[in-house]
Amino acid sequence: MKNILKTTVALVTILVAFTSCNNSGKSNGQSGALASNVAEKVYVAPGEYDSHYAFMSGGYSGNITVYGLPSGRMFKEIPVFSQFPTNGYGYSEETKPMLETSYGFVPWDDSHHPDISQTNGELDGRWIFINGNNTPRIARISLTTFETEEIIEVPNSAGNHSSSFITENTEYVVAGTRFSVPVPQKDMPIKDYKGNFKGALSFISVDPEHGHMDIKFQILMPGFNYDLSHPGRGKSHGWFFFTTYNTEEANSLLEVNASQNDKDFIAAINWKKIEEYVNNGGGTMMPANYAHNLYDEATHMATSTMKKEVRVVNPAEVPGAIYLLPTPKSPHGCDVDPTGEYIVGNGKLSANLTVHSFTKMLDAIEKKKFDGDAYGIPILKFEDVLAGSVEQPGLGPLHTEFDGEGNAYTTFFISSEVVKWKLGTWEVLDRKPTYYSVGHLTIPGGNSRKPFGKYMFAMNKITKDRYLPVGPEMEHSAQLYDISGDKMELLLDFPTHGEPHYAAAIPAEIIMKNSRKIYRLAENEHPRKALSDADTKVVREGKNVHIYMTTIRSHFSPDNIEGVKVGDKVFFHVTNLEQDFDVPHGFAVIGANTAELLVMPGQTRTLTWEPKQVGVWPFYCTDFCSALHQEMQGYVRVSPADSNLELSWSLGD
Amino acid sequence: MKTAGIIMIIGSLLLLGLFKYPLWNIMLGAPQYPDPLGMDIYITGIQGVDEFDLQNIDGLNHYIGMKTIPKPEEMWEFSVFPKVILGMSILGVVIGILGFFNKVSYKFFLGWFILMTALGVAGMYDFNNWLIDYGSNLDPNAIIKVTNPDGTPMSYKPPLIGYQKLLNFDVDSWPHIGGYLMFVGMSLTLVAFWLGRRASLKRTTQ
Repeated sequence: MKNILKTTVALVTILVAFTSCNNSGKSNGQSGALASNVAEKVYVAPGEYDSHYAFMSGGYSGNITVYGLPSGRMFKEIPVFSQFPTNGYGYSEETKPMLETSYGFVPWDDSHHPDISQTNGELDGRWIFINGNNTPRIARISLTTFETEEIIEVPNSAGNHSSSFITENTEYVVAGTRFSVPVPQKDMPIKDYKGNFKGALSFISVDPEHGHMDIKFQILMPGFNYDLSHPGRGKSHGWFFFTTYNTEEANSLLEVNASQNDKDFIAAINWKKIEEYVNNGGGTMMPANYAHNLYDEATHMATSTMKKEVRVVNPAEVPGAIYLLPTPKSPHGCDVDPTGEYIVGNGKLSANLTVHSFTKMLDAIEKKKFDGDAYGIPILKFEDVLAGSVEQPGLGPLHTEFDGEGNAYTTFFISSEVVKWKLGTWEVLDRKPTYYSVGHLTIPGGNSRKPFGKYMFAMNKITKDRYLPVGPEMEHSAQLYDISGDKMELLLDFPTHGEPHYAAAIPAEIIMKNSRKIYRLAENEHPRKALSDADTKVVREGKNVHIYMTTIRSHFSPDNIEGVKVGDKVFFHVTNLEQDFDVPHGFAVIGANTAELLVMPGQTRTLTWEPKQVGVWPFYCTDFCSALHQEMQGYVRVSPADSNLELSWSLGD
Repeated sequence: MKTAGIIMIIGSLLLLGLFKYPLWNIMLGAPQYPDPLGMDIYITGIQGVDEFDLQNIDGLNHYIGMKTIPKPEEMWEFSVFPKVILGMSILGVVIGILGFFNKVSYKFFLGWFILMTALGVAGMYDFNNWLIDYGSNLDPNAIIKVTNPDGTPMSYKPPLIGYQKLLNFDVDSWPHIGGYLMFVGMSLTLVAFWLGRRASLKRTTQ
């Protein structure tokens, strides 16, 4: 009996010891003085600014969120591909055209890979681009207004995933298809995929002054899946690299059937050569149907135009422009180091990390050391282009970024870690866990010639227990690391909105000074603006009633409107007369089958309302604009459809 | 007396800075205005420090029933002040030149200074009267009416010079570059007077 007691006590002691061990493991081994030291590194005192902006893709939110580093505070959500009731984007008459496509109005997308514009391979902070994955689109967002200015649909594409990456002078934003499809689309058996489907890689030119996008050409590649891509830079400027998987060209149960080949390819594309071919009239204009949506800052309105043809190029037409680099095991990320020499193929099912050499690739091409071809595209020999391998660095490599000091950082999804390794020697220098199952990682400027290697953050796919529980559905987690030392140091863990895939980050000083505070009323060219009380009016055009309305602290003008009838379609054109920083006014009217308007100083926005019942109906300002915000309201009298009441409007009578 | 004449000329010419730079500046900061709103008072009119400051000051002031900030044509001062400053500057230069050639006594320098001071005090008095009217002649139907503890309506008169708290606003009222140039110029005319006097005394004692 005594022995049993002794054993029990011993067991309990051991269990307690184990439990406390687990607890200390959970806190990442940082406590006391060490933890407070880390806290100082991410503490941004009230009123102080973060040193970097981070633009995170929203994934299935379809948007971009703007964060500060190192604090991890979210500043803004920029609506891009999704309707945004918070400010009326995609609901107001002015912004609805932004979401037009050849499929009609598409109010949602899956946004993946933001990329900031560059000049000479360095971030210039003029625009940020992002891809819509589901209904292939590319958006351009201004980094002065932080608003979406342009969306172009990508025809012949499906699953716009190896996008939107830009060349080093923002000559092109590049969009590759993940799913190959019949080009042009047609009714055919799915099993006839192999040899018949095509993968379109689109080179969208960017006007250097306005940023306006136009599809310059599409390369119709073999029917592989084009997963990710990155531009060459420095010595490899003029080339673009795409990872592929499913070179088996399977059309069903891809998790097995697309994992059979020992090696898939990185497609190396000499876009300068194809550009030259196209500039000399090469390629074929093919009938197409895709939307080009452009927002005009002066009129505060978007317009949508359908484009009817696109230039396509068959690889066989431009010999010597495209080569295939064998890369082990369904590579995912395709990352190019700051010098442009190394192309990292993150073979997600491979035990090793494969790095190709641009110099060796050129050499092999020159010596014509080919190992057969795929649909006429020469395949180079693996050994001839291989710069080196990082041996057994982790499980499930996905993406690599660079710090500009000759080091690379690769995420490993399966082993949930970021591994730091050295370019050239391929030795592993450090590894740190992530929480959990990391996807992309970002170093500010990490995808340019000039990375700013102070911070790195990892964006994870699994959150589980990192924050207070909020039910089965939760936000994703991100971890921020200090990478300025030899070893990475975990600084901060913060939730992110939607499902960030990639992110782009930039030192704050490059863009903060350009940020707009207001829109100038004097430059407002909206056709239904009202610039003063004298301009306000109500106009009937058949069943359509246009209300030209102004807002200024703290009233609408007019605020009493009569003569509207059941069956009318009422357009509230609201101009915000304020010219003061951060004084928006909102507008909402009872029973509107749409979202509110949030109108920035100097801007005009239009809400459509179809009154269905006779009565006197209020509208009000939804933004707590001033001390007398609660007084900022008005009424619309709605009369029966057969009423003879004339339109009238007033303020303060 | 030559040096004194030159200094008199320089001092008088410094007045012309008022045609380029503000005489006075009033800044209005508040918790929600970390970048304060401001008005620059020129002898030809009032301008915002930033493009929309006047509009925004008027916008805020309408809550407490203040009149809008006057346009140049709404106040006679903005047409008279430039003439007075130009006249005084020319007069000072003329006196300086005459002094340089020993045609007038150094006492004219002091005379100019006294006249300019009198005009300046009159100008300040007038300016202060306007501030009083601007700050206390309020619309009886104002949205917000604030009274002092004794029941009288609160005045929103900005200080003539210095700092004052008005409701949520921190108001700073100080001379600006034009004003400082004028003060330096006037001081120089005093220096001219003193130098002229010294030279004159030297001559007499010799």
